[in-house]
Amino acid sequence: MSPIFHIALKELRDGLRNRWVLAVTVLLAALALTLAFLGSAPTGVVKVNALAVTIVSLSSLTIFLIPLVALLLSYDAIVGEIDRGTMALLLAYPLNRWQVIAGKFLGHVACLAVSTIIGYGLAGLVLAATGETDASAGSAFALMLAASVALGSVFIAIGTLVSTLVRDRGTAGGIAIGVWLVFVLLYDMGLLGLLAADQGRSVSSALLDALLLFNPTDAYRLLTLTSSNEVSGFAGLAGLGSGSALSQPALVGALLAWIVVPLGSAMVLFSRRQV
Amino acid sequence: MNAATPMPREGTAIVSPAAGAPTVTLSGISRRYGRQLAVDGVDLTLLPGECVGLVGHNGAGKSTLIKLMLGLVAPTAGRIRVLGAEPGSRAAALARAEIGYLPENVALSPSLTGAETLAFYARLKRQPVQANSGLLDRVGLIDARNRRVGTYSKGMRQRLGLAQAMLGRPRLMLLDEPTTGLDPELRHAFYEILGELRRDGATVLLSSHALAELEGQVDRVVVMNRGRKVADGTLGLLRQLAAMRPRIRLRRRPHDGYDWSGWSEGPGGLIEIECGEEMLTDTLRQLPSDARDIEIVRPSLDDLYASFQREVR
Repeated sequence: MSPIFHIALKELRDGLRNRWVLAVTVLLAALALTLAFLGSAPTGVVKVNALAVTIVSLSSLTIFLIPLVALLLSYDAIVGEIDRGTMALLLAYPLNRWQVIAGKFLGHVACLAVSTIIGYGLAGLVLAATGETDASAGSAFALMLAASVALGSVFIAIGTLVSTLVRDRGTAGGIAIGVWLVFVLLYDMGLLGLLAADQGRSVSSALLDALLLFNPTDAYRLLTLTSSNEVSGFAGLAGLGSGSALSQPALVGALLAWIVVPLGSAMVLFSRRQV
Repeated sequence: MNAATPMPREGTAIVSPAAGAPTVTLSGISRRYGRQLAVDGVDLTLLPGECVGLVGHNGAGKSTLIKLMLGLVAPTAGRIRVLGAEPGSRAAALARAEIGYLPENVALSPSLTGAETLAFYARLKRQPVQANSGLLDRVGLIDARNRRVGTYSKGMRQRLGLAQAMLGRPRLMLLDEPTTGLDPELRHAFYEILGELRRDGATVLLSSHALAELEGQVDRVVVMNRGRKVADGTLGLLRQLAAMRPRIRLRRRPHDGYDWSGWSEGPGGLIEIECGEEMLTDTLRQLPSDARDIEIVRPSLDDLYASFQREVR
Protein backbone atom coordinates (compact mmCIF):
# COMPACT_ATOMS: atom_id res chain seq x y z
CA MET A 1 0.00 0.00 0.00
CA SER A 2 2.84 2.30 0.85
CA PRO A 3 4.32 2.98 -2.63
CA ILE A 4 0.80 3.72 -3.94
CA PHE A 5 0.33 6.33 -1.23
CA HIS A 6 3.68 8.01 -1.89
CA ILE A 7 3.15 8.14 -5.65
CA ALA A 8 -0.38 9.53 -5.17
CA LEU A 9 0.93 12.17 -2.78
CA LYS A 10 3.61 13.19 -5.26
CA GLU A 11 1.04 13.52 -8.06
CA LEU A 12 -1.16 15.69 -5.85
CA ARG A 13 1.79 17.85 -4.87
CA ASP A 14 2.81 18.18 -8.53
CA GLY A 15 -0.75 19.24 -9.36
CA LEU A 16 -0.76 21.85 -6.60
CA ARG A 17 2.72 23.12 -7.48
CA ASN A 18 2.22 23.58 -11.20
CA ARG A 19 -1.08 25.34 -10.40
CA TRP A 20 -3.16 22.82 -12.33
CA VAL A 21 -5.46 22.38 -9.34
CA LEU A 22 -5.72 26.14 -8.86
CA ALA A 23 -6.57 26.76 -12.51
CA VAL A 24 -9.29 24.11 -12.62
CA THR A 25 -10.72 25.24 -9.26
CA VAL A 26 -10.98 28.83 -10.47
CA LEU A 27 -12.56 27.70 -13.75
CA LEU A 28 -15.14 25.48 -12.05
CA ALA A 29 -15.91 28.06 -9.36
CA ALA A 30 -16.38 30.84 -11.92
CA LEU A 31 -18.69 28.76 -14.10
CA ALA A 32 -20.59 27.37 -11.12
CA LEU A 33 -21.13 30.82 -9.58
CA THR A 34 -22.29 32.22 -12.93
CA LEU A 35 -24.76 29.38 -13.35
CA ALA A 36 -25.89 29.71 -9.75
CA PHE A 37 -26.77 33.39 -10.11
CA LEU A 38 -28.20 33.15 -13.60
CA GLY A 39 -30.07 30.01 -12.71
CA SER A 40 -31.56 31.45 -9.53
CA ALA A 41 -32.77 34.66 -11.16
CA PRO A 42 -36.26 33.34 -11.93
CA THR A 43 -36.66 31.57 -8.59
CA GLY A 44 -37.71 34.75 -6.84
CA VAL A 45 -40.84 34.74 -8.94
CA VAL A 46 -41.87 31.11 -8.91
CA LYS A 47 -40.60 30.34 -5.42
CA VAL A 48 -38.66 27.24 -6.19
CA ASN A 49 -35.48 26.01 -4.65
CA ALA A 50 -32.45 27.81 -6.04
CA LEU A 51 -30.12 24.95 -5.15
CA ALA A 52 -32.24 22.44 -7.06
CA VAL A 53 -32.06 24.58 -10.19
CA THR A 54 -28.33 24.95 -9.77
CA ILE A 55 -27.87 21.19 -9.47
CA VAL A 56 -29.51 20.73 -12.86
CA SER A 57 -27.34 23.33 -14.58
CA LEU A 58 -24.16 22.24 -12.80
CA SER A 59 -24.75 18.63 -13.82
CA SER A 60 -24.95 19.64 -17.46
CA LEU A 61 -21.76 21.63 -17.06
CA THR A 62 -20.07 18.68 -15.38
CA ILE A 63 -20.93 16.31 -18.21
CA PHE A 64 -19.06 18.53 -20.66
CA LEU A 65 -16.24 19.82 -18.57
CA ILE A 66 -15.21 17.19 -16.02
CA PRO A 67 -14.50 14.38 -18.54
CA LEU A 68 -12.36 16.77 -20.59
CA VAL A 69 -10.43 17.99 -17.56
CA ALA A 70 -9.97 14.42 -16.30
CA LEU A 71 -8.69 13.18 -19.67
CA LEU A 72 -6.30 16.11 -20.00
CA LEU A 73 -4.97 15.33 -16.54
CA SER A 74 -4.42 11.63 -17.11
CA TYR A 75 -3.56 11.02 -20.77
CA ASP A 76 0.08 11.91 -20.08
CA ALA A 77 0.38 9.88 -16.87
CA ILE A 78 2.28 6.85 -18.20
CA VAL A 79 3.44 7.68 -21.72
CA GLY A 80 4.69 11.10 -20.61
CA GLU A 81 6.84 9.66 -17.85
CA ILE A 82 8.25 7.02 -20.18
CA ASP A 83 9.00 9.78 -22.69
CA ARG A 84 10.78 11.96 -20.14
CA GLY A 85 12.72 9.00 -18.75
CA THR A 86 11.38 9.27 -15.22
CA MET A 87 9.51 5.97 -15.49
CA ALA A 88 12.68 3.89 -15.86
CA LEU A 89 13.97 5.33 -12.60
CA LEU A 90 10.67 4.84 -10.80
CA LEU A 91 10.44 1.19 -11.90
CA ALA A 92 13.98 0.57 -10.63
CA TYR A 93 12.56 1.03 -7.14
CA PRO A 94 11.12 -1.80 -5.05
CA LEU A 95 7.52 -1.55 -6.23
CA ASN A 96 5.19 -3.38 -8.59
CA ARG A 97 3.96 -1.83 -11.78
CA TRP A 98 0.28 -2.00 -10.86
CA GLN A 99 1.13 0.14 -7.84
CA VAL A 100 2.40 2.88 -10.16
CA ILE A 101 -0.94 2.88 -12.01
CA ALA A 102 -2.92 2.84 -8.75
CA GLY A 103 -0.83 5.63 -7.23
CA LYS A 104 -1.10 7.86 -10.27
CA PHE A 105 -4.84 7.24 -10.51
CA LEU A 106 -5.45 8.10 -6.86
CA GLY A 107 -3.23 11.18 -7.08
CA HIS A 108 -5.12 12.47 -10.11
CA VAL A 109 -8.48 11.72 -8.50
CA ALA A 110 -7.32 13.70 -5.46
CA CYS A 111 -6.37 16.65 -7.70
CA LEU A 112 -9.75 16.60 -9.41
CA ALA A 113 -11.67 16.08 -6.16
CA VAL A 114 -10.01 19.09 -4.54
CA SER A 115 -10.87 21.28 -7.55
CA THR A 116 -14.46 20.03 -7.87
CA ILE A 117 -15.34 20.15 -4.20
CA ILE A 118 -13.88 23.63 -3.68
CA GLY A 119 -15.12 25.03 -7.02
CA TYR A 120 -18.67 23.69 -6.84
CA GLY A 121 -18.79 23.81 -3.05
CA LEU A 122 -18.17 27.55 -3.19
CA ALA A 123 -21.21 28.02 -5.40
CA GLY A 124 -23.29 25.82 -3.10
CA LEU A 125 -22.21 27.80 -0.03
CA VAL A 126 -23.01 31.12 -1.69
CA LEU A 127 -26.49 29.90 -2.62
CA ALA A 128 -27.10 28.48 0.83
CA ALA A 129 -26.09 31.78 2.38
CA THR A 130 -28.23 33.98 0.13
CA GLY A 131 -31.43 32.00 -0.20
CA GLU A 132 -33.39 29.50 1.81
CA THR A 133 -32.67 25.90 0.97
CA ASP A 134 -34.04 22.75 2.47
CA ALA A 135 -32.20 19.68 3.62
CA SER A 136 -33.24 17.50 0.68
CA ALA A 137 -31.68 19.95 -1.80
CA GLY A 138 -28.55 19.98 0.34
CA SER A 139 -28.20 16.22 0.21
CA ALA A 140 -28.92 16.24 -3.53
CA PHE A 141 -26.11 18.77 -3.94
CA ALA A 142 -23.74 16.55 -1.93
CA LEU A 143 -24.71 13.59 -4.08
CA MET A 144 -24.05 15.67 -7.20
CA LEU A 145 -20.57 16.55 -5.89
CA ALA A 146 -19.77 12.89 -5.15
CA ALA A 147 -21.10 11.77 -8.53
CA SER A 148 -19.05 14.47 -10.30
CA VAL A 149 -15.88 13.21 -8.66
CA ALA A 150 -16.89 9.65 -9.62
CA LEU A 151 -17.45 10.73 -13.24
CA GLY A 152 -14.05 12.40 -13.20
CA SER A 153 -12.51 9.19 -11.82
CA VAL A 154 -14.05 7.21 -14.69
CA PHE A 155 -12.37 9.44 -17.25
CA ILE A 156 -9.10 9.49 -15.32
CA ALA A 157 -9.17 5.68 -15.44
CA ILE A 158 -9.89 5.76 -19.20
CA GLY A 159 -7.17 8.37 -19.75
CA THR A 160 -4.68 6.26 -17.81
CA LEU A 161 -5.56 3.25 -19.96
CA VAL A 162 -5.03 5.31 -23.13
CA SER A 163 -1.70 6.49 -21.73
CA THR A 164 -0.63 2.88 -21.16
CA LEU A 165 -1.68 1.74 -24.65
CA VAL A 166 0.21 4.15 -26.90
CA ARG A 167 3.88 4.86 -27.57
CA ASP A 168 3.59 8.56 -28.25
CA ARG A 169 2.26 11.48 -26.20
CA GLY A 170 0.63 13.12 -29.21
CA THR A 171 -1.30 9.95 -30.02
CA ALA A 172 -2.45 9.71 -26.42
CA GLY A 173 -3.73 13.30 -26.54
CA GLY A 174 -5.58 12.66 -29.79
CA ILE A 175 -7.23 9.50 -28.50
CA ALA A 176 -8.20 11.30 -25.28
CA ILE A 177 -10.03 14.00 -27.27
CA GLY A 178 -11.68 11.26 -29.35
CA VAL A 179 -12.87 9.49 -26.19
CA TRP A 180 -14.34 12.75 -24.96
CA LEU A 181 -16.17 13.38 -28.23
CA VAL A 182 -17.63 9.87 -28.31
CA PHE A 183 -18.88 9.73 -24.75
CA VAL A 184 -19.99 13.34 -24.36
CA LEU A 185 -21.45 14.12 -27.78
CA LEU A 186 -21.60 11.33 -30.32
CA TYR A 187 -22.97 8.50 -28.18
CA ASP A 188 -26.05 10.41 -27.08
CA MET A 189 -26.63 11.78 -30.55
CA GLY A 190 -26.45 8.26 -31.93
CA LEU A 191 -28.78 7.00 -29.24
CA LEU A 192 -31.27 9.77 -29.94
CA GLY A 193 -31.10 9.03 -33.66
CA LEU A 194 -31.69 5.36 -32.99
CA LEU A 195 -34.73 6.05 -30.83
CA ALA A 196 -36.21 8.46 -33.36
CA ALA A 197 -35.70 6.08 -36.26
CA ASP A 198 -36.94 3.07 -34.31
CA GLN A 199 -40.18 4.73 -33.15
CA GLY A 200 -40.31 2.37 -30.17
CA ARG A 201 -40.69 -0.77 -32.25
CA SER A 202 -37.69 -2.87 -31.29
CA VAL A 203 -35.81 -0.77 -28.70
CA SER A 204 -37.42 -1.82 -25.45
CA SER A 205 -37.13 0.09 -22.23
CA ALA A 206 -34.72 -2.56 -20.89
CA LEU A 207 -32.46 -2.23 -23.91
CA LEU A 208 -32.45 1.54 -23.54
CA ASP A 209 -31.44 1.14 -19.89
CA ALA A 210 -28.57 -1.10 -20.89
CA LEU A 211 -27.46 1.34 -23.58
CA LEU A 212 -27.50 4.17 -21.05
CA LEU A 213 -25.22 2.20 -18.73
CA PHE A 214 -22.70 1.78 -21.53
CA ASN A 215 -21.98 5.47 -21.38
CA PRO A 216 -20.67 6.74 -18.03
CA THR A 217 -21.94 10.27 -18.69
CA ASP A 218 -25.50 8.92 -19.08
CA ALA A 219 -25.18 6.98 -15.86
CA TYR A 220 -24.01 10.18 -14.19
CA ARG A 221 -26.89 12.18 -15.66
CA LEU A 222 -29.50 9.71 -14.45
CA LEU A 223 -27.84 9.50 -11.05
CA THR A 224 -27.78 13.23 -10.34
CA LEU A 225 -30.89 14.41 -12.17
CA THR A 226 -33.20 11.86 -10.61
CA SER A 227 -31.74 12.29 -7.14
CA SER A 228 -34.84 14.10 -5.86
CA ASN A 229 -38.30 14.74 -7.26
CA GLU A 230 -37.70 18.44 -7.32
CA VAL A 231 -34.47 18.13 -9.31
CA SER A 232 -35.85 15.65 -11.81
CA GLY A 233 -38.84 17.90 -12.31
CA PHE A 234 -36.60 20.77 -13.37
CA ALA A 235 -34.43 18.58 -15.49
CA GLY A 236 -37.41 17.34 -17.45
CA LEU A 237 -36.24 13.85 -16.68
CA ALA A 238 -39.20 12.88 -14.54
CA GLY A 239 -40.56 10.78 -17.41
CA LEU A 240 -37.31 9.04 -18.19
CA GLY A 241 -36.53 8.58 -14.50
CA SER A 242 -39.84 6.86 -13.75
CA GLY A 243 -39.82 4.83 -16.95
CA SER A 244 -36.35 3.53 -16.27
CA ALA A 245 -35.80 0.44 -14.17
CA LEU A 246 -32.32 1.66 -13.27
CA SER A 247 -31.98 2.06 -9.54
CA GLN A 248 -29.39 4.20 -7.83
CA PRO A 249 -27.25 1.18 -6.87
CA ALA A 250 -27.25 0.03 -10.51
CA LEU A 251 -26.07 3.47 -11.67
CA VAL A 252 -23.39 3.65 -8.98
CA GLY A 253 -22.35 0.13 -9.93
CA ALA A 254 -22.06 1.17 -13.58
CA LEU A 255 -19.81 4.11 -12.68
CA LEU A 256 -17.66 1.84 -10.48
CA ALA A 257 -17.35 -0.70 -13.29
CA TRP A 258 -16.30 2.13 -15.59
CA ILE A 259 -13.47 2.86 -13.15
CA VAL A 260 -12.43 -0.70 -12.33
CA VAL A 261 -12.37 -2.16 -15.86
CA PRO A 262 -10.15 0.48 -17.56
CA LEU A 263 -7.88 0.74 -14.54
CA GLY A 264 -7.50 -3.05 -14.27
CA SER A 265 -6.75 -3.29 -17.99
CA ALA A 266 -4.17 -0.53 -17.65
CA MET A 267 -2.48 -2.46 -14.82
CA VAL A 268 -2.34 -5.69 -16.82
CA LEU A 269 -1.07 -3.95 -19.96
CA PHE A 270 1.51 -1.89 -18.13
CA SER A 271 3.00 -4.92 -16.39
CA ARG A 272 3.68 -6.42 -19.85
CA ARG A 273 4.95 -3.24 -21.43
CA GLN A 274 8.63 -2.68 -22.19
CA VAL A 275 9.83 0.65 -20.86
CA MET B 1 38.18 -12.51 -28.76
CA ASN B 2 37.88 -14.61 -25.66
CA ALA B 3 36.35 -13.17 -22.56
CA ALA B 4 38.73 -13.17 -19.65
CA THR B 5 36.97 -13.01 -16.33
CA PRO B 6 39.33 -12.39 -13.44
CA MET B 7 39.09 -14.29 -10.18
CA PRO B 8 37.73 -12.40 -7.17
CA ARG B 9 40.56 -10.42 -5.68
CA GLU B 10 41.79 -11.31 -2.24
CA GLY B 11 41.46 -8.89 0.60
CA THR B 12 38.14 -7.53 -0.58
CA ALA B 13 35.92 -6.98 2.40
CA ILE B 14 32.69 -8.77 1.69
CA VAL B 15 29.88 -8.32 4.16
CA SER B 16 26.91 -9.60 2.22
CA PRO B 17 25.51 -12.93 3.41
CA ALA B 18 25.89 -14.44 -0.03
CA ALA B 19 29.62 -13.76 0.06
CA GLY B 20 31.35 -14.67 -3.16
CA ALA B 21 28.14 -15.54 -4.96
CA PRO B 22 27.83 -13.44 -8.12
CA THR B 23 25.61 -10.37 -7.80
CA VAL B 24 24.68 -10.51 -11.46
CA THR B 25 24.85 -13.40 -13.91
CA LEU B 26 23.92 -13.05 -17.55
CA SER B 27 24.11 -16.10 -19.78
CA GLY B 28 23.52 -15.88 -23.50
CA ILE B 29 21.40 -12.75 -23.21
CA SER B 30 19.95 -11.27 -26.39
CA ARG B 31 17.48 -8.48 -26.84
CA ARG B 32 15.89 -7.62 -30.15
CA TYR B 33 14.02 -4.41 -31.00
CA GLY B 34 12.16 -5.17 -34.17
CA ARG B 35 14.89 -6.11 -36.62
CA GLN B 36 17.71 -4.59 -34.65
CA LEU B 37 19.64 -6.72 -32.21
CA ALA B 38 20.46 -4.36 -29.34
CA VAL B 39 22.17 -7.04 -27.25
CA ASP B 40 23.54 -10.17 -28.87
CA GLY B 41 24.48 -13.26 -26.85
CA VAL B 42 26.18 -11.56 -23.90
CA ASP B 43 27.61 -13.54 -20.98
CA LEU B 44 28.61 -11.52 -17.96
CA THR B 45 29.26 -12.14 -14.27
CA LEU B 46 29.58 -9.40 -11.68
CA LEU B 47 30.98 -10.25 -8.25
CA PRO B 48 30.52 -8.54 -4.88
CA GLY B 49 33.00 -5.73 -4.26
CA GLU B 50 33.82 -5.47 -7.93
CA CYS B 51 33.77 -2.27 -9.94
CA VAL B 52 33.25 -2.91 -13.62
CA GLY B 53 33.36 -0.39 -16.44
CA LEU B 54 30.99 -0.93 -19.34
CA VAL B 55 32.39 0.78 -22.42
CA GLY B 56 31.02 1.25 -25.91
CA HIS B 57 29.89 3.95 -28.30
CA ASN B 58 26.31 5.19 -28.40
CA GLY B 59 23.98 2.38 -29.40
CA ALA B 60 26.42 -0.37 -28.47
CA GLY B 61 23.89 -1.86 -26.05
CA LYS B 62 25.16 -0.49 -22.75
CA SER B 63 21.86 1.04 -21.64
CA THR B 64 19.87 -1.96 -22.83
CA LEU B 65 22.12 -4.25 -20.81
CA ILE B 66 21.44 -2.20 -17.68
CA LYS B 67 17.71 -2.11 -18.40
CA LEU B 68 17.73 -5.89 -18.77
CA MET B 69 19.30 -6.19 -15.32
CA LEU B 70 16.59 -3.93 -13.89
CA GLY B 71 13.81 -5.89 -15.57
CA LEU B 72 12.64 -2.83 -17.50
CA VAL B 73 12.92 -4.84 -20.69
CA ALA B 74 12.70 -8.62 -20.98
CA PRO B 75 15.42 -10.57 -22.82
CA THR B 76 14.53 -12.19 -26.14
CA ALA B 77 16.83 -15.09 -25.24
CA GLY B 78 19.05 -16.14 -22.36
CA ARG B 79 18.94 -16.11 -18.57
CA ILE B 80 19.55 -13.33 -16.05
CA ARG B 81 19.91 -13.52 -12.27
CA VAL B 82 20.26 -10.30 -10.29
CA LEU B 83 20.71 -10.57 -6.51
CA GLY B 84 19.30 -14.08 -6.68
CA ALA B 85 16.11 -13.18 -8.54
CA GLU B 86 15.04 -13.03 -12.15
CA PRO B 87 14.46 -9.36 -13.10
CA GLY B 88 10.81 -8.64 -13.81
CA SER B 89 9.58 -11.33 -11.42
CA ARG B 90 7.70 -10.56 -8.22
CA ALA B 91 10.71 -11.53 -6.11
CA ALA B 92 12.81 -9.04 -8.07
CA ALA B 93 10.54 -6.18 -6.99
CA LEU B 94 11.81 -6.74 -3.44
CA ALA B 95 15.40 -7.32 -4.57
CA ARG B 96 15.35 -3.89 -6.20
CA ALA B 97 15.49 -2.36 -2.70
CA GLU B 98 19.18 -3.24 -2.84
CA ILE B 99 19.82 -1.79 -6.29
CA GLY B 100 20.84 1.79 -6.95
CA TYR B 101 20.22 3.02 -10.49
CA LEU B 102 21.25 6.22 -12.19
CA PRO B 103 19.73 6.52 -15.68
CA GLU B 104 21.44 8.24 -18.55
CA ASN B 105 20.21 11.87 -18.70
CA VAL B 106 18.43 11.54 -15.38
CA ALA B 107 15.00 13.18 -15.47
CA LEU B 108 13.41 14.35 -12.24
CA SER B 109 10.16 16.12 -11.49
CA PRO B 110 10.92 19.86 -11.97
CA SER B 111 8.30 21.17 -9.56
CA LEU B 112 9.70 19.45 -6.47
CA THR B 113 12.71 20.73 -4.53
CA GLY B 114 15.90 18.70 -4.26
CA ALA B 115 15.12 17.68 -0.69
CA GLU B 116 11.54 16.68 -1.59
CA THR B 117 12.72 14.64 -4.55
CA LEU B 118 15.19 12.70 -2.43
CA ALA B 119 12.57 12.25 0.32
CA PHE B 120 10.14 10.80 -2.23
CA TYR B 121 12.68 8.24 -3.42
CA ALA B 122 13.81 7.45 0.14
CA ARG B 123 10.21 6.64 1.12
CA LEU B 124 9.81 4.39 -1.92
CA LYS B 125 12.92 2.53 -0.76
CA ARG B 126 11.66 2.54 2.84
CA GLN B 127 14.71 4.42 4.03
CA PRO B 128 14.71 7.00 6.86
CA VAL B 129 14.31 10.47 5.37
CA GLN B 130 16.50 12.00 8.12
CA ALA B 131 19.59 10.44 6.53
CA ASN B 132 18.99 12.45 3.35
CA SER B 133 20.69 15.67 4.41
CA GLY B 134 23.95 13.75 4.88
CA LEU B 135 23.57 12.39 1.35
CA LEU B 136 22.81 15.85 -0.08
CA ASP B 137 25.86 17.19 1.70
CA ARG B 138 28.02 14.52 0.13
CA VAL B 139 26.98 15.40 -3.41
CA GLY B 140 27.34 19.13 -2.70
CA LEU B 141 23.66 20.03 -2.89
CA ILE B 142 22.98 20.88 0.74
CA ASP B 143 22.71 24.62 0.03
CA ALA B 144 20.44 24.07 -2.97
CA ARG B 145 18.17 21.54 -1.26
CA ASN B 146 15.18 23.87 -0.99
CA ARG B 147 15.34 25.03 -4.59
CA ARG B 148 13.14 23.44 -7.23
CA VAL B 149 14.82 20.86 -9.42
CA GLY B 150 13.63 22.84 -12.46
CA THR B 151 16.14 25.57 -11.56
CA TYR B 152 19.06 23.13 -11.24
CA SER B 153 21.92 22.97 -13.73
CA LYS B 154 22.63 19.71 -15.56
CA GLY B 155 25.47 18.89 -13.18
CA MET B 156 23.28 19.50 -10.15
CA ARG B 157 20.56 17.22 -11.50
CA GLN B 158 23.19 14.57 -12.14
CA ARG B 159 24.36 14.88 -8.53
CA LEU B 160 20.82 14.61 -7.24
CA GLY B 161 20.42 11.52 -9.41
CA LEU B 162 23.57 10.12 -7.87
CA ALA B 163 22.25 10.82 -4.37
CA GLN B 164 19.06 8.85 -5.06
CA ALA B 165 21.11 5.95 -6.43
CA MET B 166 23.08 5.82 -3.16
CA LEU B 167 19.96 5.65 -0.97
CA GLY B 168 20.03 2.74 1.43
CA ARG B 169 23.60 1.61 0.70
CA PRO B 170 22.75 -0.65 -2.27
CA ARG B 171 24.51 -3.96 -2.95
CA LEU B 172 24.38 -3.31 -6.68
CA MET B 173 24.92 0.05 -8.34
CA LEU B 174 24.01 0.41 -12.00
CA LEU B 175 25.24 3.76 -13.22
CA ASP B 176 24.58 4.81 -16.82
CA GLU B 177 27.18 7.44 -17.77
CA PRO B 178 27.37 8.76 -14.21
CA THR B 179 30.12 11.35 -14.56
CA THR B 180 28.77 13.38 -17.48
CA GLY B 181 28.23 16.93 -16.30
CA LEU B 182 30.35 16.59 -13.17
CA ASP B 183 33.29 18.93 -12.68
CA PRO B 184 36.67 17.34 -11.81
CA GLU B 185 36.29 17.97 -8.09
CA LEU B 186 32.92 16.28 -7.92
CA ARG B 187 34.13 13.51 -10.19
CA HIS B 188 36.85 12.84 -7.65
CA ALA B 189 34.30 12.87 -4.81
CA PHE B 190 32.11 10.55 -6.86
CA TYR B 191 34.84 7.94 -7.27
CA GLU B 192 35.62 8.24 -3.57
CA ILE B 193 32.01 7.39 -2.74
CA LEU B 194 32.15 4.46 -5.17
CA GLY B 195 35.30 3.23 -3.40
CA GLU B 196 33.47 3.24 -0.07
CA LEU B 197 30.55 1.30 -1.49
CA ARG B 198 32.92 -1.27 -2.93
CA ARG B 199 34.70 -1.73 0.40
CA ASP B 200 31.26 -2.55 1.84
CA GLY B 201 30.97 -5.31 -0.73
CA ALA B 202 28.75 -3.55 -3.25
CA THR B 203 29.03 -4.35 -6.93
CA VAL B 204 29.36 -1.30 -9.17
CA LEU B 205 28.72 -1.29 -12.89
CA LEU B 206 29.32 2.02 -14.60
CA SER B 207 28.97 2.69 -18.27
CA SER B 208 30.98 5.23 -20.17
CA HIS B 209 31.94 5.95 -23.73
CA ALA B 210 35.41 7.07 -22.75
CA LEU B 211 37.72 4.29 -21.67
CA ALA B 212 40.39 6.77 -20.54
CA GLU B 213 38.14 8.09 -17.80
CA LEU B 214 37.87 4.70 -16.15
CA GLU B 215 41.61 4.18 -15.72
CA GLY B 216 42.48 3.61 -12.09
CA GLN B 217 38.82 3.51 -11.08
CA VAL B 218 37.65 0.11 -12.23
CA ASP B 219 38.81 -3.46 -11.64
CA ARG B 220 37.63 -4.66 -14.99
CA VAL B 221 36.41 -3.34 -18.28
CA VAL B 222 33.75 -4.83 -20.53
CA VAL B 223 33.84 -3.48 -24.07
CA MET B 224 30.62 -3.60 -26.07
CA ASN B 225 30.28 -3.16 -29.81
CA ARG B 226 26.99 -3.44 -31.71
CA GLY B 227 25.34 -5.41 -28.96
CA ARG B 228 28.19 -7.88 -28.57
CA LYS B 229 30.75 -8.16 -25.83
CA VAL B 230 34.09 -7.83 -27.57
CA ALA B 231 36.41 -7.71 -24.57
CA ASP B 232 36.26 -8.35 -20.84
CA GLY B 233 39.22 -8.04 -18.49
CA THR B 234 41.58 -5.73 -16.64
CA LEU B 235 43.03 -2.80 -18.55
CA GLY B 236 46.45 -4.51 -18.52
CA LEU B 237 44.96 -7.63 -20.05
CA LEU B 238 43.14 -5.62 -22.68
CA ARG B 239 46.42 -3.94 -23.62
CA GLN B 240 48.01 -7.34 -24.11
CA LEU B 241 45.09 -8.64 -26.12
CA ALA B 242 45.04 -5.64 -28.39
CA ALA B 243 48.79 -6.21 -28.99
CA MET B 244 49.41 -2.53 -29.46
CA ARG B 245 53.08 -1.64 -29.31
CA PRO B 246 54.74 1.57 -28.17
CA ARG B 247 56.32 3.89 -30.75
CA ILE B 248 59.55 5.87 -30.68
CA ARG B 249 59.31 9.35 -32.11
CA LEU B 250 62.22 11.78 -32.70
CA ARG B 251 63.60 14.64 -34.77
CA ARG B 252 66.55 13.68 -36.99
CA ARG B 253 69.36 15.85 -38.31
CA PRO B 254 69.61 15.91 -42.11
CA HIS B 255 72.46 13.90 -43.66
CA ASP B 256 73.44 12.10 -40.45
CA GLY B 257 74.35 8.97 -42.37
CA TYR B 258 72.12 6.79 -40.20
CA ASP B 259 69.98 4.05 -41.77
CA TRP B 260 66.40 5.26 -41.13
CA SER B 261 64.74 2.46 -43.12
CA GLY B 262 61.62 1.22 -41.36
CA TRP B 263 60.87 4.67 -39.92
CA SER B 264 57.93 6.67 -41.17
CA GLU B 265 56.93 10.32 -41.27
CA GLY B 266 55.21 11.37 -38.07
CA PRO B 267 53.47 14.56 -37.07
CA GLY B 268 55.35 17.90 -36.91
CA GLY B 269 58.33 16.83 -39.00
CA LEU B 270 59.15 14.01 -36.59
CA ILE B 271 59.77 10.44 -37.66
CA GLU B 272 58.50 7.39 -35.80
CA ILE B 273 58.77 3.62 -35.64
CA GLU B 274 56.64 0.98 -33.95
CA CYS B 275 58.72 -1.08 -31.60
CA GLY B 276 58.06 -4.03 -29.28
CA GLU B 277 58.68 -3.56 -25.56
CA GLU B 278 61.63 -6.00 -25.65
CA MET B 279 63.34 -4.13 -28.50
CA LEU B 280 62.90 -0.71 -26.95
CA THR B 281 66.24 -0.32 -25.13
CA ASP B 282 68.34 -1.72 -28.02
CA THR B 283 66.70 0.56 -30.53
CA LEU B 284 67.25 3.57 -28.29
CA ARG B 285 70.88 2.68 -27.66
CA GLN B 286 71.68 2.53 -31.38
CA LEU B 287 70.22 5.93 -32.21
CA PRO B 288 72.70 8.57 -33.48
CA SER B 289 73.78 10.98 -30.75
CA ASP B 290 72.40 14.04 -32.58
CA ALA B 291 68.78 12.83 -32.62
CA ARG B 292 66.56 15.25 -30.70
CA ASP B 293 63.12 15.40 -29.04
CA ILE B 294 63.09 11.67 -28.42
CA GLU B 295 59.85 10.38 -26.90
CA ILE B 296 58.23 7.01 -26.36
CA VAL B 297 54.55 7.05 -27.25
CA ARG B 298 52.50 4.35 -25.55
CA PRO B 299 49.02 3.51 -26.81
CA SER B 300 46.46 5.53 -24.89
CA LEU B 301 43.28 3.97 -23.66
CA ASP B 302 41.42 5.70 -26.44
CA ASP B 303 43.73 4.02 -29.00
CA LEU B 304 43.07 0.74 -27.24
CA TYR B 305 39.34 1.30 -27.36
CA ALA B 306 39.50 2.24 -31.04
CA SER B 307 41.36 -0.99 -31.80
CA PHE B 308 38.59 -3.06 -30.18
CA GLN B 309 35.96 -1.18 -32.13
CA ARG B 310 37.86 -1.77 -35.39
CA GLU B 311 38.28 -5.47 -34.90
CA VAL B 312 34.59 -6.21 -35.14
CA ARG B 313 33.97 -4.39 -38.38
